Amino acid sequence: MTTRAPRPAAIALATATVLAMSACGGGGFDEGSDPTDQASGPAELTILIGSSGPAETDAVTAAAQAWSEESGNTATVTAAQDLPQQLSQGFAAGSPPDVFYVSSDTVASYAENGSLEPYAGDLSNVDDFYPNLREAFTVDDQFYCAPKDFSTLSLIINTDSWATAGLTDEDIPTSWDELSAVAEQLTTPDQVGLTTSTEYQRLGAFMAQAGGGLVTDGTATADSSENVEALEYVQSVVEVGAWSFAADLDSGWAGEAFGNARAAMTIEGNWMIGAMSADYPDINYQVVPLPEGPAGAGTLTFTNCWGIAAQSDNIEAAKDLVEFLTSSEQQLEFASAFGVMPSVESAADQWRADNPDFVAFLDQADVAVAVPNQVGVSDVVADLNAQLEGLSSGDPQAILDSAQSNLEAIL
Amino acid sequence: MSSRRSRDTGGIRGREAAAGWLFTAPALVILGLFLALPILMAAWVSVSDWRGQGSPFSSSVGFVGADNYRGILSAESGLPARDFGTALRNNFWYVVLVVPLQTILSLLLAVLVNRKVLRGRGFFRTAFYFPSVTSSVAIVIVFLFLFSGSGAVNKSLSWLGINGPNWFADPRGVAHVVLGVLGIDEAPALLSDNGFLSLSWWEWLAGPSVAMSALILLAVFTTSGTFMLLFIAALQNVSGEVQEAALLDGASGWQRFRFVTLPLLRPTLFTVLTLGLIGTWQVFDQIFVGTQGGPAKTTITPAYLSYTSSFLNNRWGQGAAIAFILFAIIVVLTLIQRWVLRERGVPKRKRYVPDAAVVGTTR
Repeated sequence: MTTRAPRPAAIALATATVLAMSACGGGGFDEGSDPTDQASGPAELTILIGSSGPAETDAVTAAAQAWSEESGNTATVTAAQDLPQQLSQGFAAGSPPDVFYVSSDTVASYAENGSLEPYAGDLSNVDDFYPNLREAFTVDDQFYCAPKDFSTLSLIINTDSWATAGLTDEDIPTSWDELSAVAEQLTTPDQVGLTTSTEYQRLGAFMAQAGGGLVTDGTATADSSENVEALEYVQSVVEVGAWSFAADLDSGWAGEAFGNARAAMTIEGNWMIGAMSADYPDINYQVVPLPEGPAGAGTLTFTNCWGIAAQSDNIEAAKDLVEFLTSSEQQLEFASAFGVMPSVESAADQWRADNPDFVAFLDQADVAVAVPNQVGVSDVVADLNAQLEGLSSGDPQAILDSAQSNLEAIL
Repeated sequence: MSSRRSRDTGGIRGREAAAGWLFTAPALVILGLFLALPILMAAWVSVSDWRGQGSPFSSSVGFVGADNYRGILSAESGLPARDFGTALRNNFWYVVLVVPLQTILSLLLAVLVNRKVLRGRGFFRTAFYFPSVTSSVAIVIVFLFLFSGSGAVNKSLSWLGINGPNWFADPRGVAHVVLGVLGIDEAPALLSDNGFLSLSWWEWLAGPSVAMSALILLAVFTTSGTFMLLFIAALQNVSGEVQEAALLDGASGWQRFRFVTLPLLRPTLFTVLTLGLIGTWQVFDQIFVGTQGGPAKTTITPAYLSYTSSFLNNRWGQGAAIAFILFAIIVVLTLIQRWVLRERGVPKRKRYVPDAAVVGTTR
């Protein structure tokens, strides 16, 4: 038997190694987590964006450069491959980007774990933002971050199919009954009248038109009779074959089915403008407001904000940057570069003048409701969406009941 | 060399031990840094209230005991527990179908391409192995096209007069579909009122959804080639003389395969089943690229759920807890499988006898 290193020595070595490594690692983790530790002198800001494409990246980069020259600071823009994941890594490592996109349905979860600096109330242009957008980024009465732009849902009509079916401007639907009537008229063997996805993010517009919603004043109202009425209406049009869901038309999203002329109408947001000119330039279309439901007009709005990391060393400079980026002129630049709508009311008239064909999107700003932003709601909506995939043959009341119990568990 | 001498003088052997540690140190450091440390951190995160802010070891992070585990296991916590139950259900069916199918198929392919009479063996081996060396992301994307509603698969089915489903958009459970054809649409109260992990037994019995079935076919398609290679290596180790001896004893082709070849493949079979079991319980990339958990959550798996809870919902404790439960499931199942596949009635020291010894005894 030859000698072996005694067991305790091996354990000691292993322990020492692990301890040494956690010690090296530990030092780095805690740096920069102290919010009062602000840097002085010219700031170097990093901006992480979830970009829709080169147009958006270039526009934001140009704006950041303009601000850098004006302010004497430097700002670098990075387009994320996967924004939530890269943000998570940044926060965990203690070195998040200073400024980044946050969507309205995740703002509460970032606010809750202390990632976000609640700065937006201090901005000089705070009253210029649309009230419902301010609401979307308000958590526990704190207005966390400035909306960078927004979109609303409208009815998009293929004008060639419209004319072929013998319809005129007079026939543009303004009520649910008219919508189902024109959808039926537009349905041919090759083309269905209307297509949408099954998500709450589309069908929720009908709930809003019926006067319902998932959360009302902080309480769960998913199983309200208004919501049931909305889903039953959707079902009734699907049943007669005038409305097909995008997945049933072999499409990743409704815009694809519309662009491939497999549907004559769809309900989408202003991202359709860019998608249509890039992918389906031959389709002639028209954008009109959504029809009114039993409780009047209603649509959904989606928005992102400029989040500032609470861990940032340059919060003041970051606020200055956001003020620059959300100014009326800068937002109009973004609007012309990649087709978004400015989040400030002072830019509305100019936007209308620049985009006469798409005013329907902006005209609905006042009746648009945002997806509820409470912590955990995104999971409930995801579960609701999973169930809505079975809406064609499902029971609306049962689907909404389960959403209701999920909502009650988190509110 | 006596042990007395080395102990007395601390001579050559003693320094060998130090040298040994020195030589293994780089590997130990790397393993510690990239394996042991992250596992320990994850274990801590799974019992802490860390929300992804700075170091999980900082003073502001508290110990919450089994709260994270309770949050995904107890029915009272609602949606997270239901999601976890659904994920386990989906992955269970995936494993139950993929592991046997890929093992049988890879063994069959190995036996076929191992035949000396087969022409162009090299071509077939390469062809069957090809899916394994192709990026799984690329294969998933090809499958998305093949299995789309108007894709090649449904087109081929239509020639046979079958109206194929819209694969990746179809959340119906295959078992439910079959039962529906037999006229059973409603669950018996016994099954629908009782359940396990927030899902009723009727939901557990749904089987893989149509979308998951497409992913099951994909997994069998991609991994069979890899395991075929392992089986070919093992088959080439089976000595021709053993086969010859069996032939002389009058064994038929099937008997030679069943009673001679297969027992000799037992160690490889164990490897293939273990690797298959581990790989299938950890399925992630196909889901992430292909379906994102849809349709109707029928393709979420624990690994994917762990990712979404951590990275998208900032619930790191819950994500880590899911990962550890998955780890426990894999360890327990591997142990069970080891126990089932053990060699019975053979003294311990004679197990897994190398070929030479077998040849020796048959002579």
